[in-house]
Amino acid sequence: MPEIKVVGLRKVYGRVIALNGIDLTIKDGEYLSIVGPSGCGKTTLIKSIAGVVKPDAGDIFIDGKRVTPLPIEDRGAGYVFQEIALFPHMNVYDNVSYGLMVRGVPPPERTEPVEEMLHMMNLEEYVTLYPKELSGGARQKTAISRALTSGSTLLLLDEPLGALDLKVRTALRYELRKLVKDLGLTAIHVTHDQEEALSISDRIVVMRAGQIVEAGTPEQLYLRPGKIFTAKFLGEANFITGEVTEAKEAGIQVNVNGSKLNASTKGKDYLKKGEACVLAIRPEFVNLSSKPGKVNTWGCEVVGASFVGDTMRYEVRAENGVTLLVKTLTTNYESGLEAGDKMCVTLPDENLLVYRQPEEGLEKALSLE
Amino acid sequence: MPSLRLLNVTKRFGALKALDDLTFEVKDGEYLCVLGSTGSGKTTLLRSIAGIIRPDEGEIYIDGENVNNVAPEDRSAVYVPQTYALFPHMTVIENVTFGPLAKGSDRATAEETAIKILKLVRLDRRADAYPNELSGGMQQRVALARGLASGAKLLLLDEPLGALDVRLRLELRTELRKLAKGSGLTVIHVTHDQEEAMTIGDRILILRKGRLQQLSTPYHVYNRPEKIFVANFVGNTTFLEAIVENRAREGSTLRLREGLTIRVIDASFEPEEAVIVGIREENTSITPEPRGDEPNRLSGEVTAVHFLGSFIRYVVKLTNGDEIAARAPIRGAKKEINEGDWVSVSFDPANTHVYEYPPFGLQRELEAS
Repeated sequence: MPEIKVVGLRKVYGRVIALNGIDLTIKDGEYLSIVGPSGCGKTTLIKSIAGVVKPDAGDIFIDGKRVTPLPIEDRGAGYVFQEIALFPHMNVYDNVSYGLMVRGVPPPERTEPVEEMLHMMNLEEYVTLYPKELSGGARQKTAISRALTSGSTLLLLDEPLGALDLKVRTALRYELRKLVKDLGLTAIHVTHDQEEALSISDRIVVMRAGQIVEAGTPEQLYLRPGKIFTAKFLGEANFITGEVTEAKEAGIQVNVNGSKLNASTKGKDYLKKGEACVLAIRPEFVNLSSKPGKVNTWGCEVVGASFVGDTMRYEVRAENGVTLLVKTLTTNYESGLEAGDKMCVTLPDENLLVYRQPEEGLEKALSLE
Repeated sequence: MPSLRLLNVTKRFGALKALDDLTFEVKDGEYLCVLGSTGSGKTTLLRSIAGIIRPDEGEIYIDGENVNNVAPEDRSAVYVPQTYALFPHMTVIENVTFGPLAKGSDRATAEETAIKILKLVRLDRRADAYPNELSGGMQQRVALARGLASGAKLLLLDEPLGALDVRLRLELRTELRKLAKGSGLTVIHVTHDQEEAMTIGDRILILRKGRLQQLSTPYHVYNRPEKIFVANFVGNTTFLEAIVENRAREGSTLRLREGLTIRVIDASFEPEEAVIVGIREENTSITPEPRGDEPNRLSGEVTAVHFLGSFIRYVVKLTNGDEIAARAPIRGAKKEINEGDWVSVSFDPANTHVYEYPPFGLQRELEAS
């Protein structure tokens, strides 16, 4: 049950700064996910923790012990990556017991931990099969079992489910979380799949351009993201720029293209009258209806509609020119709306996220690079 | 403006039937998405239409003409493979203009078209770069641009957005469809991403082990899945085993394990027949007050809570041991429901789908391969 501490980690590849001063503590027993756009440094970070990549500066501590100079095999971490690396000439059982074998554990003593792991991962019926005879999901489960049988209590997962089909991936992510919690492991999981990160993590770290943008629980980052980039990167969001026309304790009023929006600003009292700001709202919080709401309500026209199964995605243009993405449950409508339909959008003030206009400009603040 | 028709097309690789007796038509100007998991035959299907693979049996017609003996370059189709085969010694724009120039187009027109298309795939600023200077996702976009610029009216796209970052993939979906519709192209777009297929396709063709499972509009695929496999593959569905207790004109009563009963709208099965009933997660509502077991309102214990961003997903273990999943929109999620809570789950008889009990059991039926 180790605690991991990363201090001032830097890594440069040629002209690219992959890690630009990373400080991060992963608590004992925590399931932490790292997300971010391609090239943000998330893979370099987990590889540095694993000992596969040697950082240029900074230190890594596992359970208070500085492991920066140690090779991967001396860090006590199980490392699983996307390209499934099983020994093709060994069956499932031998693959899983490999770690114990190289550590010189005699065969009779390997049986129990191996069988326990195979049981936990529901792999018992596959023990005599070879990797090429397994489905992708079973192969990756074997790889995870192998990583854990050697007694590691730190599990490093680098896109472990990335190569699997959606259904298998979804089922396996819940199994993975359950396994980590049941065994009391600490897990660090790099993924490009936001839903994966949201659904199984205790905490998520959002990275961009070699730096940590923000860390928090899935609920915090999704519902109350502190940074505008988090709002953009995790889930979807509409961004509306405006100018503060009134700033009171309970909230602010913002002028957006000539119309007013009220937003609650708990804990964000730094916005002053006359200041430029950005409001963000998740598409599922925008209310689309034939009748106007009480506040923050605009007439609009549907300009695009697409059916995505459980949700409908609408693009609407409000009377003040603002374009919004709206998501509604398909179960709420007998039949969907079509382009050209005249409706009203309401933006509930409690769901409006308020940000100061970024100094570098909105586009740059939201950019993935 | 081509149409496409396949008649009993079968392709074998050794003992494996990659395509198994496929018959379907694609209308002129239609955007068809082919959806299936790894190994379902999607790529073999595209390559057969392109003429790169010769089917063992059956006929392929493009624009009413049998093309079985027509070479790939003489079919009015362009195939954009998943692995972007770009000319390494040519810049992005040279790659994109290569086809049109070879076909005798003048340079000015070819470059103008190329720039327009590169803008669309967000690469106009990299027109002078060489492929090895670009990321995988960028190279894939160049390959897509080359296909779009080729002038062919039948476009065969193999996972065209597969290597891209999530955000970009979402943006390009809509653009791709707009472009196809604006230029009167007929497109066959292979993907394993159900949401992508739903958003872009006029119709969706679902493949499993080389066999056509369903070919219909996204709405129908989602709301009237004809097979268990389809209901599972598209969207999120709970399946329960049941026996028909009795049936009337307006529906049937089904008996779950341990004598729990539910009502369904389907009336096509005889009493005592074994069936599978499918219920969409979002059509299952969850309330914190258990009230005992009534038809379609069953009590149980919450065994897992998953935060998915716009939804929260609950897994509930019923009193008979069956598990049922429910998802509630994050918006309007009132009272907190936690693991271990006793709750009621309910669903409308009209939102159920009943299927014949599969000969090899439910599990086998859900597997993709």
